[in-house]
Amino acid sequence: MPDCFQPEIEMMPRERLRELQLTNLKSAMSNAHENVEFYRNSFADAGVSLDDLETLDDLAKFPFITKQDMRDAYPFGLFARKNEDVARIHASSGTTGQATIVGHTANDLKNWGDCFARGIAMVGGSADSTIQVSYGYGLFTGGLGAHAGGEAIGCTVIPTSSGNTKRQIQMMKDLGTDILACTPSYALLIADTAIEMGYDPATEFKISAVICGAEPASENMRQEIADKLGVQYCDVYGLSEIMGPGVAMECAERGGLHIAEDQFYCEIIDPETLEVLPDGEWGELVITTLTRECTPLIRYRTRDVTRIVSEPCACGRTHRKIDRLRGRTDDMLIIRGVNVFPSQIEQVITEFPEIATQYQILLTNDGPLDKVELRVETVPDFPIDEVRKLEDLKSRLAAELKSNLQIAVSIKLVEPKSIERSEGKAKRIIDNRN
Amino acid sequence: MISQLTIFLENRKGHLASATRAISDAGINMHALYLADTEDFGVARILCDTPDRAKEVLVDGGFRAAVTKVIAVKLDDEPGALATLLELCDENDMNVEYAYCFIANGGEVIDVLKIGGDNAESVLIGKGYETLDASSLYSE
Repeated sequence: MPDCFQPEIEMMPRERLRELQLTNLKSAMSNAHENVEFYRNSFADAGVSLDDLETLDDLAKFPFITKQDMRDAYPFGLFARKNEDVARIHASSGTTGQATIVGHTANDLKNWGDCFARGIAMVGGSADSTIQVSYGYGLFTGGLGAHAGGEAIGCTVIPTSSGNTKRQIQMMKDLGTDILACTPSYALLIADTAIEMGYDPATEFKISAVICGAEPASENMRQEIADKLGVQYCDVYGLSEIMGPGVAMECAERGGLHIAEDQFYCEIIDPETLEVLPDGEWGELVITTLTRECTPLIRYRTRDVTRIVSEPCACGRTHRKIDRLRGRTDDMLIIRGVNVFPSQIEQVITEFPEIATQYQILLTNDGPLDKVELRVETVPDFPIDEVRKLEDLKSRLAAELKSNLQIAVSIKLVEPKSIERSEGKAKRIIDNRN
Repeated sequence: MISQLTIFLENRKGHLASATRAISDAGINMHALYLADTEDFGVARILCDTPDRAKEVLVDGGFRAAVTKVIAVKLDDEPGALATLLELCDENDMNVEYAYCFIANGGEVIDVLKIGGDNAESVLIGKGYETLDASSLYSE
């Protein structure tokens, strides 16, 4: 049996959990409808009323809310509480447009801390643990979210925030940090810097876990962090619109992240047809907040692509999981009617040590038939002299892609200079279809 | 054993020209060139002077190039000479990956062989074949 932070909730029998979700969903919908004009209008436009919600499945009748709707509601359009009840405001970075503003009541903040604290317990943390929060503090939800989780479970919290890496490492060592919470790229930088400083954090430091989120990390990167620091890696999912880190967290069994299902109702939709998909199918994650008071979100389209894992988890928690994110719906390609994510192709490539990490996907069409060409390079020490080995590599890669993506991909081995290197985001997809 | 320069080439118009131009711009002289081509790429195998330097020049220029060890065997210029050599390889379970012949030093017939395993050259010498070293074919 795991040491759950809130065992009565986290291990609640599924039937009772669904009843709780329905009760909470109904009050969330009432809160949204009564207090937010946006929902009154969107429900009316869709021809639905609160009476249409009798079961959890009925939620599918209701309209979505998008990032753009949140931008349009700037600043207070989605607030369901008066200023006197608002305890804190967070905002998304706004790098891709107008910032989105989210308000939290004291209860919202407490629930948030509880959600994150469940993840701390998943990595073996308790009141006796020391957690170092190296996420940035501020409008970004990472720092204060992890901080609230640490306080909720009673940890000693070290609010180092990000930056000043050598001092972070010194404190980590001297104060005996058990758990590090930060972005995966920062965890790797901390590990590498500690090694450069002459430490072996895996054996010399007390640290036993990292809780990482807020940006994508490949399996190799996670493994590298876990090995270099000698820790359990816990993936945390969250987004500022919905709450922040803690919406879903990964237990020691891995295989997905347990959603805080008493707080959030998750659906997976086909981003094209907008139909709800059955558990296990990949699609866009749509989240409804069940308990949030200040900024209730009903059917928020996250644009994140994942699937729901409903098989019971060996850890004993009954809350279902989301699988590792595959990417964003914006990145999704539709090839011969099949949804394909560049991350799926990347995953296959990383399984071939003979292939370098740079790649490019060229899409063309021959009448109605889409053609996919994957351009890859061999690693510098591949025996290019042997045509047989090159041909064999091509056919093995093609077979692996076919079995993973369900579509035929033609492989073109190219020279190093053929694929453009770029400092920032590499251009991986060239879509010449017309 | 001698060093052979190998270049991986995409099938693109003018591409072999740019690879050979890169070699010539470095002042490196070529003695023999053989192409193996497939549907979408080719492999150029070249005997040239200073093969290691040629490889560096090409890699710096963005090409995929490598230096490969191969065996150069002197053959008699008469019917059946090559067949006899290959039969000998077969009898000794030496797997020939590829082979090509050319005439060098004003009339010598030379067969270049890529054979799996380490002891192929000594087997051939043991059977009376004369193998060539780098200095008799190109400058290092």
